[in-house]
Amino acid sequence: MRLALFATCLVDGLFPDVGKATVAVLRRLGQEVEFPLEQTCCGQMHVNTGYGREAYPLVRRYVDTFEPYDAVVTPSGSCAGAIRHQHLELARQFGDEALLRRVESIAQRTYELSEFLVDVLGVTDVGASYPHRVTYHPTCHSLRVLRVGDRPLQLLRAVDGLDLVELPDADTCCGFGGTFALKNSQTSTAMLADKIRAIQSTDAQMCVAGDASCLMHIGGGMSRLSIGTETVHLAQILASTKDAR
Amino acid sequence: MTTFLGMPTASPTTHLRTSESFPQAARSGLANSQQRHNLRAATTTIRAKRADVVAELDDWEELRAAGAAIKDHTLAQLPHYLELFEAAVIANGGTVHWARDGDEANEIVTRLVRATGETEVVKVKSMATEEIGLNEALTAAGITATETDLAELIVQLGDDRPSHILVPAIHRNRSEIRDIFLGNMQDVDPALTNDPEVLAGAARVHLRRKFLSAKVAISGANFGVADTGTLCVVESEGNGRMCLTLPRTLITVMGIEKLVPTWRDLEVYLQLLPRSSTGERMNPYTSMWTGATEGQDFHVVLLDNGRTATLADPRGRSALRCIRCSACLNVCPVYERAGGHAYGSVYPGPIGAVLSPQLTGVKDNPSLPFASSLCGACYDVCPVAIDIPTMLVHLREEVVLSKRTQHRLPTAESASMSAAAWTMTSRRRWTAALRAMSLGRSVTRLPALPPPLSAWVRSRDLPQPPRESLRDWWVREGSTDSAADTAADPDAGTSDARGPR
Ligand code: SF4
Repeated sequence: MRLALFATCLVDGLFPDVGKATVAVLRRLGQEVEFPLEQTCCGQMHVNTGYGREAYPLVRRYVDTFEPYDAVVTPSGSCAGAIRHQHLELARQFGDEALLRRVESIAQRTYELSEFLVDVLGVTDVGASYPHRVTYHPTCHSLRVLRVGDRPLQLLRAVDGLDLVELPDADTCCGFGGTFALKNSQTSTAMLADKIRAIQSTDAQMCVAGDASCLMHIGGGMSRLSIGTETVHLAQILASTKDAR
Repeated sequence: MTTFLGMPTASPTTHLRTSESFPQAARSGLANSQQRHNLRAATTTIRAKRADVVAELDDWEELRAAGAAIKDHTLAQLPHYLELFEAAVIANGGTVHWARDGDEANEIVTRLVRATGETEVVKVKSMATEEIGLNEALTAAGITATETDLAELIVQLGDDRPSHILVPAIHRNRSEIRDIFLGNMQDVDPALTNDPEVLAGAARVHLRRKFLSAKVAISGANFGVADTGTLCVVESEGNGRMCLTLPRTLITVMGIEKLVPTWRDLEVYLQLLPRSSTGERMNPYTSMWTGATEGQDFHVVLLDNGRTATLADPRGRSALRCIRCSACLNVCPVYERAGGHAYGSVYPGPIGAVLSPQLTGVKDNPSLPFASSLCGACYDVCPVAIDIPTMLVHLREEVVLSKRTQHRLPTAESASMSAAAWTMTSRRRWTAALRAMSLGRSVTRLPALPPPLSAWVRSRDLPQPPRESLRDWWVREGSTDSAADTAADPDAGTSDARGPR
């Protein structure tokens, strides 16, 4: 299987450790993974802000870049969701039949990390060790666009030493929403405050999720409040092993 | 468009827009802790009730699909069904009126009431009349309209605006209601307490008087059955039934999208609606009337008010499936915090954010499509499966397009979006941009950041850009099999954790 990593623009530019962790997990499971350097962004930010026209070339770019691969893995439920749904919508909207067929094909082969591990590789125990108290926030797009269900939880439950505590009102949005966090900053902050309160109530050391974007928002809020709880991406926990410590 | 004497002409008669944008209007809702508390309590309770009664039906998804399909079918052949409906109403002795917009509808209703010689009317809670501002139009014509739905009455007496489709006074608590009653209800017992039963009792006494004297009633309709000309009102208090049976003249104002083809189709909606709205298996009162009885006069005003335009948009028309159950409001995290008034329309919440700008045109409501984090909770609960998030995105595009045609020069936002897209369509430019960001690591430490980052850092720290982007790492050593340990260990003592490291 020729496997590619789609890091997402955010991980590429701001959170490279999440990308490195994804590579590490995949390699540990015997996968050879490539990072095609032509990749940039799935265009979700553009689409969600109303700039479908600007996103269109990014859709083409995604298809051109990843078409040669049998599978694409991305450490972002949100971007995987955008590829599976928005890319199709855009190709349809622009009446580009040829592109639509190519988009359909690559969208089917694009997986969010937990989906790839559980569904494609059939693994839930990735041999990770992470002796910390952790609570899981299922990000909206993983939950409602991708329907990843309990796959991330299956993976987390198999992590050695990990103490998984349930997050109250877990399925409520953290208030990120891309440019929503800027355009409706105050409402976004009010949502964030409630999310942080819920995280705090679990007394977890770390809040884990499958999306760097939501974690940036939640982590940025918790850092501002100095509440002493941090965020960690699912890939980073799965990459963590006993030997590494 | 026609106008008539006594009508305020300065503003259009639709209650679908305000001059304030959503972020501006949300401020007072966010700051109102009493309202936030009331909303949270109310929506949490109703959410749980809804989830329970929906879970009881193992064919919920099929019902939902049927609910969507019947509406889509009807909308696709709306002219046909409207004609069928009109013919049936006429055959049943009723009169059908067509109103292109709120002004016309208000004019028709006012004329009909005037013709009776009455100056008092009772009303069943109706979103359509709310939408067109009928009460204000009637007042201007010297006619007093009394709302008989308890929550609607509270809003009316409090000279307030509704903030929820189903529970218009959801933002009020008991002691506020007591004060409103004491201040504005005639002949109210001055010893009124804020016990819900006492309050309901006071409202009942007040309303009984109105019911017994009113000769004219105005209603909305939850459904209109095309082949029989039957109208259907679904409610909880029984006040609707009083309005619909006692008065001699009954005027129903109904949006043209409310039709279903046959009586049988109600089977689907009468399961979907109460479970989604009040979390009940069935609502207490369902009134249906087909034509008038002896001595009664019966009118239907069919209201367009932007619906045809909505229908003309293939990507937006499914908003017309909406049966106004309000389930999407009750699960919306934005609604719960900002409150219904922030939407500036009688249709608040997720459905309001798509319906209002469609009915008015996006130019008049440009901030509403952005009043959502696109979390998708609304789509999951909608009993007629309206994909609200996708529609919001579509309308955002319309807003951007309309701004583009309004301003010849690009806005700051469109300029930065174009620049980002330009950067992201080239590997060379993208790599350079990431390197520039690493070099500018200290930028996140600046005391004042330019917009839009300033909006971010009001409540959140920014992540520190890394020394090296993922792609540069990959080129340097990632492509070899020596990926470094990248696990995040809270005990490792990195102090710069803002977001995932
Ligand atoms: S959009 Fe759907 S959930 Fe919202 S009020 Fe309408 S029918 Fe109910």
